[in-house]
Formats: sequence, C-alpha cells, structure tokens
Amino acid sequence: MTPVRISIAASIAALLLILVVLELIRGRRLKERYALLWLVTGVVLLVLSAWRDGLNTIARWLGVSSYPPAILFAAAILFVVVVLLHYSTVLSKLADQNTLLAQRVALLEQRLGRRSDAAEGDAD
Amino acid sequence: MTRGTVLAVVPAHNEAGAIGGVVDEIRAFDPGYDVVVVDDGSTDATSAIAAAHGAAVVTLPFNLGIGGAVQTGFKYALEQGYELAVRLDGDGQHDPAELPRLLAPVQAGEADIVTGSRFADGNRAYRPPLARRIGITWFAKLVSVLTRQRVTDTTSGFQALNRKGIALFAGDYPNDYPEVEATVLVFKHRLRLQEVPVRMREREHGESSITFLRSVYYVFKVTLALVIAMLRKSTMPADESKRP
Repeated sequence: MTPVRISIAASIAALLLILVVLELIRGRRLKERYALLWLVTGVVLLVLSAWRDGLNTIARWLGVSSYPPAILFAAAILFVVVVLLHYSTVLSKLADQNTLLAQRVALLEQRLGRRSDAAEGDAD
Repeated sequence: MTRGTVLAVVPAHNEAGAIGGVVDEIRAFDPGYDVVVVDDGSTDATSAIAAAHGAAVVTLPFNLGIGGAVQTGFKYALEQGYELAVRLDGDGQHDPAELPRLLAPVQAGEADIVTGSRFADGNRAYRPPLARRIGITWFAKLVSVLTRQRVTDTTSGFQALNRKGIALFAGDYPNDYPEVEATVLVFKHRLRLQEVPVRMREREHGESSITFLRSVYYVFKVTLALVIAMLRKSTMPADESKRP
C-alpha cells in the first residue's frame, strides 16, 4: 500500500504543476497548444498520487509489488519524454519556417535593391 | 532588361578571396550567362565583391548551410523565369569550361538534371584522401542501389538543370551534404538524372573544414536521411513551386 505521506506529497506536487501551468497560460506566457500536454501530465500524476488503491492496482498489474510509488516515477518520466518529443517536432517545424523566411527575405531584398537601382537610373 | 537564358547559381560562404574570380570566369566564358551569387551569411565582403563583378546577389540574413543557400538560388531562378540553371561552387573548384558538356543533355531533352562526376568512366584525375574516398564510395553504392541507376559521384555540386529540376529543388532541397539526398529526391520525383565526367580543380582557398568525427556523424546522418527519403511520399513540404 502506498504510504499516506507519499500520497499527500505527490498530490501537492502535481497540484502545483497544474496551478503553475494554468497561471502561465493566464499570463499569456504559454500557449494553450503547448500547455495541454503539461496539464494532462499534471492531472494524471494527481490522480495516481491521490487515488492510492488505483496506484496499487496498476502496480500489481505491472508486477511492481515492493514499492507502488515507483509507478509515479514511471508515469512522470513517460510524460516528460512525450513532451520532449513534442518539442523536438515543434523545433523542427520552426527551423524549417525560419529557413523559408530567411530565403524569402533575401529574395525580396534583392528584388527591392534592383528596383531602387532602376529608379535611381531613371532619375539621372 | 535583357536576360540570358541560363542562370549560374553560385552559393558562397566567406569566399571573398575567390568569388570575384568565379564570377569573372563564368561571364568571360559565356557573356550570355546570368550569375546569381547566394551569400550564405558571410562575415566578409563576399556580397560586395560579387556585386562589383556584375553578379546579382542574394544575401541571406544568416548562415543557412549549403543546402539552404543552393535552394535560395533555385528559388531565384524559378521566380525570374529561367529555363536553364547551372550550379557552381563559390570556391572556384568548378571550371566553367565544362558547362557546355553539363548542359548538352539537358538542352537535348535527354535529362532534367545533369551532374558533373569526378569518378565517371574515363575520369581518373581526381584522387581524394582515403577517408573521403570511403565515404564517397559508400554513398555512390547506396544511392545506386536505392535509385536503381549507376551513380558515381553523389557529392558533386556541379550541376545543370532544366525548369523541372529547378522547380523541384526550389520546393524541396536537403541540407548537410544535400547532393546525396537530392539524388534520391530526383529519383522519387521521376526526374531524369544523368552524369557526365568532368574535371574539378583542387580547392584554391583553404582546406575543407570537415574533421574526421564530423565526417562520421555526417555519414550516419545522411544515410538515415537517405533511407527516410526513400520511405517518404514524394510530396513537397510547402508547395513553393506553385507560388506566383
């Protein structure tokens, strides 16, 4: 059985995570799109922490008999990995868009420079 | 404005020492060629020198890497409506005198993209160092198997392209040793690729800056990219080619 104190401490930590994420969204420092995964992480951890029987049941299913709270670590790590992977895809997309923008800027600048050269030529 | 029908795309990164000569040489060889130098975020006077020698200059705001720079050149060719493009490196290793041989199959309608190969039949002049030769051989064999076509030089950046080739590379072009992956791209899009033997000069300014560890990293990275490229559907990421 999960010790009560571990349950309380883990619940508080999960609650804090949820509150911090909500506050970041409220302050527009985190976009909802990226916050969603964190909120899911927080809620899952909160449920696993507070619902002691549930944690024990899942631990038994997975063959973890000696120390059920290990499931909390496993769940937390799993979600962190998912969040990181998600960020890698976001980064890749941003890098692509960055390249595209740099190319467009360079091509437009070139066109602009040629146009102003032509205008100067007309003025002479 | 009068416009030549062939555009020479010259990517350059900190090539202030060589770029003027490269531009002059192309223009001296055939005044009908237009030259665009893509300055890949150089910190030296590459842009100014290229412009002073009469090239159109597209200056990237920061360094994109060779693939991004080359692609910029092809986007320029597409926008400006060129029917034919050739690509030469900004360090002077590609001799414009070879251009007619590169262009011939494209102009004859036999190929969409022609690559100048240092290793094609009857070409024994170029002997790179061992480590480099192993990498080059590995990619040549791998690409040949993947594309079911004999390819001898997958890292050559000496190329001629028609409008189809320009449109493909303007829309999708890889980075880091882009020529290897681009070969597979060409195959996936069912464009016709040909190789012609060419001679290349030794690098005039500075050594290739690639260390051994980096080479190993690139071999793995590009091999992965090749396999992924084969598994990918042949759609463009963002359909730039259809832009007005």
